[in-house]
Amino acid sequence: MGIAAILFWILSALTIFSAIMILVSKNPVHSVLWLIATFFAISGHYILLNAQFLAIVNIIVYAGAIMVLFLFVIMLMNLDARTETRKNLWMKLAGVISGGMLLWILISVVRTYAEQTKGHPDMAVLNTGTIGLIKPLGKVLFTQYALPFELCSILFLSAMVGAVVIGKKN
Amino acid sequence: MNLAYLVPLFPLVGFLINGLFRKQLSKQAVSVVGCGVLLASFILSLVLFFDIKAGGAGVRTYFDFINVADFKIPFAFQVDQLTAVFLLIITGVGSLIHIYSSAYMQEETPQHFARYFAYLNLFVFSMLLLVMGANFLIMFIGWEGVGLCSYLLIGYWFKNDTFNYAARKAFVMNRIGDLGFLIALFWILSKTGTLSYHELFTPDMLAKFSRADVTAITLLLFVGATGKSAQIPLYTWLPDAMAGPTPVSALIHAATMVTAGIYMIARSHLLYSLAPFTNEIIAIIGVATAVFAASIALRQNDIKKVLAYSTVSQLGYMFLGLGVGAYGGAVFHVMTHAFFKALLFLGAGSVIHAMGGQQDSRFMGGLKKFMPVTHITFLLACLAIAGVPPFSGFFSKDEILAAAYASSPVLYYLGVLGALFTAFYMFRIYAMTFLGKFRGTQEQAHHLHESPKAMTIPLSILAVLAVIAGFLGIPAIFAPHAHLLENFLSPVFSDLPAASETLSHQTEWMLMLVTTVLVIATIIWAWKKYADYQKSEQQETGLSKVLANKWYVDEIYDGLIVNPVMKFSNFLKNVIDKTFIDGIVNGVGRFVQYSSRQIRLVQSGQVGGYILMMVLSLVVLFVIFWNQAYILTFIHWIFK
Amino acid sequence: MPIQYYIALAVTLFSIGVVGVLIRRNAIIVFMCIELMLNAANLLLVAFSKTHTATTGLPLAGIDGQIFVFFIMVVAAAEVSVGLAIIVMMYRNTHSVDIDFLNRLKN
Repeated sequence: MGIAAILFWILSALTIFSAIMILVSKNPVHSVLWLIATFFAISGHYILLNAQFLAIVNIIVYAGAIMVLFLFVIMLMNLDARTETRKNLWMKLAGVISGGMLLWILISVVRTYAEQTKGHPDMAVLNTGTIGLIKPLGKVLFTQYALPFELCSILFLSAMVGAVVIGKKN
Repeated sequence: MNLAYLVPLFPLVGFLINGLFRKQLSKQAVSVVGCGVLLASFILSLVLFFDIKAGGAGVRTYFDFINVADFKIPFAFQVDQLTAVFLLIITGVGSLIHIYSSAYMQEETPQHFARYFAYLNLFVFSMLLLVMGANFLIMFIGWEGVGLCSYLLIGYWFKNDTFNYAARKAFVMNRIGDLGFLIALFWILSKTGTLSYHELFTPDMLAKFSRADVTAITLLLFVGATGKSAQIPLYTWLPDAMAGPTPVSALIHAATMVTAGIYMIARSHLLYSLAPFTNEIIAIIGVATAVFAASIALRQNDIKKVLAYSTVSQLGYMFLGLGVGAYGGAVFHVMTHAFFKALLFLGAGSVIHAMGGQQDSRFMGGLKKFMPVTHITFLLACLAIAGVPPFSGFFSKDEILAAAYASSPVLYYLGVLGALFTAFYMFRIYAMTFLGKFRGTQEQAHHLHESPKAMTIPLSILAVLAVIAGFLGIPAIFAPHAHLLENFLSPVFSDLPAASETLSHQTEWMLMLVTTVLVIATIIWAWKKYADYQKSEQQETGLSKVLANKWYVDEIYDGLIVNPVMKFSNFLKNVIDKTFIDGIVNGVGRFVQYSSRQIRLVQSGQVGGYILMMVLSLVVLFVIFWNQAYILTFIHWIFK
Repeated sequence: MPIQYYIALAVTLFSIGVVGVLIRRNAIIVFMCIELMLNAANLLLVAFSKTHTATTGLPLAGIDGQIFVFFIMVVAAAEVSVGLAIIVMMYRNTHSVDIDFLNRLKN
């Protein structure tokens, strides 16, 4: 097992652990912090896959901007563990069971696939490759995907207008 | 000659013109169109007849009527000797009756007058289709068409409920027969895959039928014939069909439509020759009908009813002829019967016309001096139907009876009995109508008159035909090879095996003599008995009461079939329909209502609940699709 | 690294997100779980793009996958801004961020 593989396992464990902690934490602020940890772990995965640009964007946009927004809102509302309302136990159990069934079935699919490709699995290349770097991505983004890129700005504009209109006091 | 299609086309055109422009056309125009197309058809038929005589028989195919995969039914006309005889009868007698109608129906309003002629033309068209079709399907179209026209014309005065019931009865009775006919067609089709005569009636095709097949098919076809040709047990509609205008009775219910069954059996004689059992049945039913209907006619007072039962009885003779294998004789009788029975009906129509709608002969009498032409022609027709030599009925009936004797003497004796009945009732009604003193009201007595020329001329022509038509079929004992009709028809019936038993000339002479003497004796008796008929208030008793009530057949049918069916229908309507069917329908509605009320509760409005459902459904979907390995195929497809 | 490990990881993250949406009543936490699911999809896309490069052997094959991830992030950012605005709005009106409180769909 190479260092990349070891890193993969560590990051995976971290990701899943912090994801679970989001649900388990009673205090919304802690949840946000665990989510940020999850994002960092996912960014770690991106780096492992040599998708450096996405890793950076993930940290800047998600962990940086979006999560800060969440924190602002939570603090604005002054939410904490005491204000947290709880679902009744049966609903929780039903949710966990159905989510668990979904996981189980999906994992089973993956396992069947893995057994069928045993010995010659398709590999996600770690640590090498240029497609995740800023230069090739930028080239593609500003040539082939120039129109969607520009359309994104319109999306942002409309989202901004929307947020302002919704947030305005009647 | 390729103009064969014009023969039925003319009446169709006449029907369309009279039917579509009935509100615009005057009565004169309608008569001209209605009679003109028929005359044109008649002339064409004559041309066709001579063409066939010169050897122009054959099948004319026009287009594919049904063409699905290898199943093909062409729209084709069979133009041969048998068809030619029927064509001449239909268009010839039809023309005369059309001309007669133009005077007889004069009192109708122009619109209804045109409607009448439109129906009549449509009828002739259907009838021509029936006899000209080169396969059973075209025949069936005509078969149904004449049934429809019969219904329309019986119920021509549709404001009278009784007439409508009579029309409905005729239609339903015909439908029962048609079912048999249809089943036979499907049977033939499933066995051989063709309905065309010239393909079907070949030794190869006929060999495809087993003995049971042939018997069943011929019996089913015969069921169709009993419906259309009013034989026991489906004959009761014909007497009721007299509700229609009298010329209609003459054309449809005496001369042409009712002979469709005979035509059909004569046309499929090869099938019947393979089914001796069916032939026996036909002969028995034929002779039974002949005697039974004649016995009813003995005690009827309504002049048209007598003629109706007489028609049923004469049709019985034709079936007797068919049953004993005398196909030529049956067709011969169809022809002579068409003449004298049309004449009788038209004469009766003339009498009814003069009597202002009175049909009961008890209130007639002494019309001899008021209506000479009608009287003479009616008398000639009576002599013809009674079978007095040398009138036409003698030859045709004698031919059938001789063939019956050759087959079984019992059939012959019964046939002679029927013939004696015929002579008796015909002269009874003749004497009651034309002899003695007038028994009607004063008003009617003033009104009595001979009918207009348009009516008497057809009567005279038919009378001449009724007298001389018999000479077309002079038996071999008088002069060898003088049977013109048989010679003419021989190409059609030549494929039949020759009759095994032929009568010696001596026997034949004797039979003829016996019949003639008996018939003449009966005529004299009936003449004597009814020449001075007086109305009596005396109730009829015993057998004559039974006969006057037509053996109570209608009542028996009502009791045995109609009422149970009605009761059963009521049971279905009130019990099955209301409880079961409605119960199911309402139950479905109630179940849906109830279950929706319950399912409504699932819509809690809780978003969480909805998402839970969504996830569970996802799981279910995954399980289903994964088991079907779609997912795996999909993944493989991605990473291929 | 075999691709099935990445698929399994992403599936696990996704399922955790689903469970979170199902068991929490706090609208903000629910929202965060949705972000988690988005990220699971992103991770899978990146892993697939790298696999694609490896299986085809072309240097730039699979780059579209990463571009898509970028766009997903863009959309997510826009979505978050509007979504949070809605939650703020809702809090201002009801003084609660409980999603079960919002059962007006029932009527």
